[in-house]
Amino acid sequence: MTTNARTLLPALGAILLAAGCAGQPAGDAPGAITVDASDDACTLSATSAPAGTIRFDITNKGSQVTEFYLYGEGDRIISEVENIGPGLNRQLVAEVPQGGKYTTACKPGMRGDGIRGDFTVTGTAAAQGGAAAQAVTDYKRYVDEQADELKARTTQFIAAVKAGDVAQAKQLYAQARIPWERIEPVAESFGDLDPRMDGREADLEPGQQFTGFHRLEKDLWVTGPQPDTPAIADQLLADVDQLVAQTRTVELTPSGAANGAKELLDEVATGKVTGEEEIFSHTDLWDFKANVDGARQVVTALRPVLTEKDPKLVATLDEKFAAVDALLARYQVGDGYRLYTELTQEQVKELAAAVDALSEPLSKTAGVVAR
Amino acid sequence: MTGVSRRRLFGLAGAGVAVAGVGTGAGYVVGSHGDEAPTVPFHGPHQAGITTPAQDRMHFVAFDVTTTDRAELVALLAEWTRAAERMTAGLEAVEHGAVAGHAEAPPGDTGEALDLSASALTLTIGFGPSLFDGRFGLADRRPPALVDLPHFPADALDPARSGGDLCVQACANDPQVAVHAVRNLARIGFGKVAVRWSQLGFGRTSTTSRSQSTPRNLFGFKDGTNNLKAEDTEELDRHVWAQPGDGPQWMSGGTFLVARRIRMHIETWDRTSLGEQETIVGRTKGSGAPHGGAEEFDRVDLQARGADGELRIAEDSHIRLAAPETHGGARMLRRGYNFTDGSDGLGRLDAGLFFVCFNRDPRTQFIPVQRLLSKKDSMMEYLQHNGSAIFACPPGTQPGGHWGDSLFES
Repeated sequence: MTTNARTLLPALGAILLAAGCAGQPAGDAPGAITVDASDDACTLSATSAPAGTIRFDITNKGSQVTEFYLYGEGDRIISEVENIGPGLNRQLVAEVPQGGKYTTACKPGMRGDGIRGDFTVTGTAAAQGGAAAQAVTDYKRYVDEQADELKARTTQFIAAVKAGDVAQAKQLYAQARIPWERIEPVAESFGDLDPRMDGREADLEPGQQFTGFHRLEKDLWVTGPQPDTPAIADQLLADVDQLVAQTRTVELTPSGAANGAKELLDEVATGKVTGEEEIFSHTDLWDFKANVDGARQVVTALRPVLTEKDPKLVATLDEKFAAVDALLARYQVGDGYRLYTELTQEQVKELAAAVDALSEPLSKTAGVVAR
Repeated sequence: MTGVSRRRLFGLAGAGVAVAGVGTGAGYVVGSHGDEAPTVPFHGPHQAGITTPAQDRMHFVAFDVTTTDRAELVALLAEWTRAAERMTAGLEAVEHGAVAGHAEAPPGDTGEALDLSASALTLTIGFGPSLFDGRFGLADRRPPALVDLPHFPADALDPARSGGDLCVQACANDPQVAVHAVRNLARIGFGKVAVRWSQLGFGRTSTTSRSQSTPRNLFGFKDGTNNLKAEDTEELDRHVWAQPGDGPQWMSGGTFLVARRIRMHIETWDRTSLGEQETIVGRTKGSGAPHGGAEEFDRVDLQARGADGELRIAEDSHIRLAAPETHGGARMLRRGYNFTDGSDGLGRLDAGLFFVCFNRDPRTQFIPVQRLLSKKDSMMEYLQHNGSAIFACPPGTQPGGHWGDSLFES
């Protein structure tokens, strides 16, 4: 688990609008409006633009540090870039969905009202594109399927726990967690559920009760069943029910889903590849694989959108997913994996490098989808 | 170090450009930001960061190459070069880096150097022996001087602090600037290279320019008094820069870097008498004068004997065993840094010297010197070498060129 629960439900409106605009890569920005900022002038290559994503490419040709602003009515700041040193070049990307009258300003010396000019935005930005909407629908279907699978597998697992069949429960534990780990960022968006179901003993505050999957893990692998084990098991199943119900109503966005994929890899990097997640059972590689599969599902759903906007990124992601898969396959045993404690430091480092290699391009998907 | 403020140091260094001349390509120039800290030119016949007046801080990093695709490696070196050009000029790693990109995308630059000047940042690349193992079709391009270092007596090398296919030495007068540079290069490299080990250093332990005063190492002694200096251009050609005919043509103008992480047993040293410390080093602790001399820069006279007939500079003293005279005139350019990586869990400082030197040919310079030191130097009782690496640093780049272009393209 992580304590980070914000990214799946971001400022929905902004993302939906932004996702509809065919943008250019932020790096080279052809079509950007150039702004020559000097000590006494602020010259734009164009003073109007269609609604949507508007880019300004600002070069400070003056001798003082400057700023560039785009204001709406009543000097409401739409977007700004500060601290542009002499000789430096910066880009400002503004999301302006509504047409109307706006104002631009350069502020040499970063003081006062600056050198102002009128700026006109025409039309209204198009609503979310078809491909992005389809991506969200596809991914949502996957989340629903995994939630159902989680319910089914956890029910079996809980039954074994409550029957006192430790051997059988151990067999089912890692399997039950697979659908959970595939969609965990969705669960994390429901506040209390994630810590209650997936909290680690080390993360508890004094006085906080240790519940959920990892509590049962400890009971099974370390302490043996405790008097309250059945109650903990019942609570976990009830929480799964609640999760399933809540995922049915969750509203996802393309950027939110993309960020969720990145978070799944963050989970791998900070918890699984260090062996901290499954500290008692050492079944970290099961979770690792599930996180990777869950992230891949997001990329699969977003594929048409990503391919249109950044085909090179898609090729890189395919390659890096394949590399992680190939590495994980080495440690496969039957339909499971080797225990984390059976890996050498060298092998762990190799896995960590492969995760970094995938995470870096994956972290770019949300920005690509949004532009 | 005494008396020379940062500001003054820059002034002196600026004047040093004229002395260093066109040949080094590594002098300071004052940046476009008026009175802010200077920038060091990135391009030139030799890489910057070698004879550049030693900055205060360093972050040294060694990478393993994880891709097996030669074209991907070359593309990375080109991308690194563009980022290095920018960062050494005081700019972000990429255009529109830390704050001017899309709000939904991770920033292209990590941002911690945003309000800082270039701080004389230099970035220097090197290629390790393992890069020439055949993965990239470079096996026949390995310079003979890029040997695998032999095992030296008393070495206790940690593989996790040794070796590497590539290295980047980042030096700057602000540690945050050096760390920022390494962090951004590592980030650009994810998926093609993986960090093998890295080392932070502070308090330069040598002087590479006459514009600099001699600093002290963690034993409290002045270090680098007799080091090669940027101004010694003829000596640099003789001892540092690979010359045409030395080996493969792609290395001409380059040099060989040896890095050694030398743990110092600080606590036992601190319990050693001043007299013994000075005998071990061969110099007085206060002025840095060699025994038999009065001032720091007095000639080291290895033959001088006292009234008792004993050699003034002991047989097993550090400066005698390291002296060029002891090794047929072999010299090298040292550019090390002090390090402290906290303490070791036993309450002792994990501290010492991150020794870096540049050689025209380590087979006749670093290796014989270290072999003798590790066998006979009485200072070895207080030292443990636990990290080790060697790299071939190619010559400098020209505008539009990139790191390693002479190796990969010719």
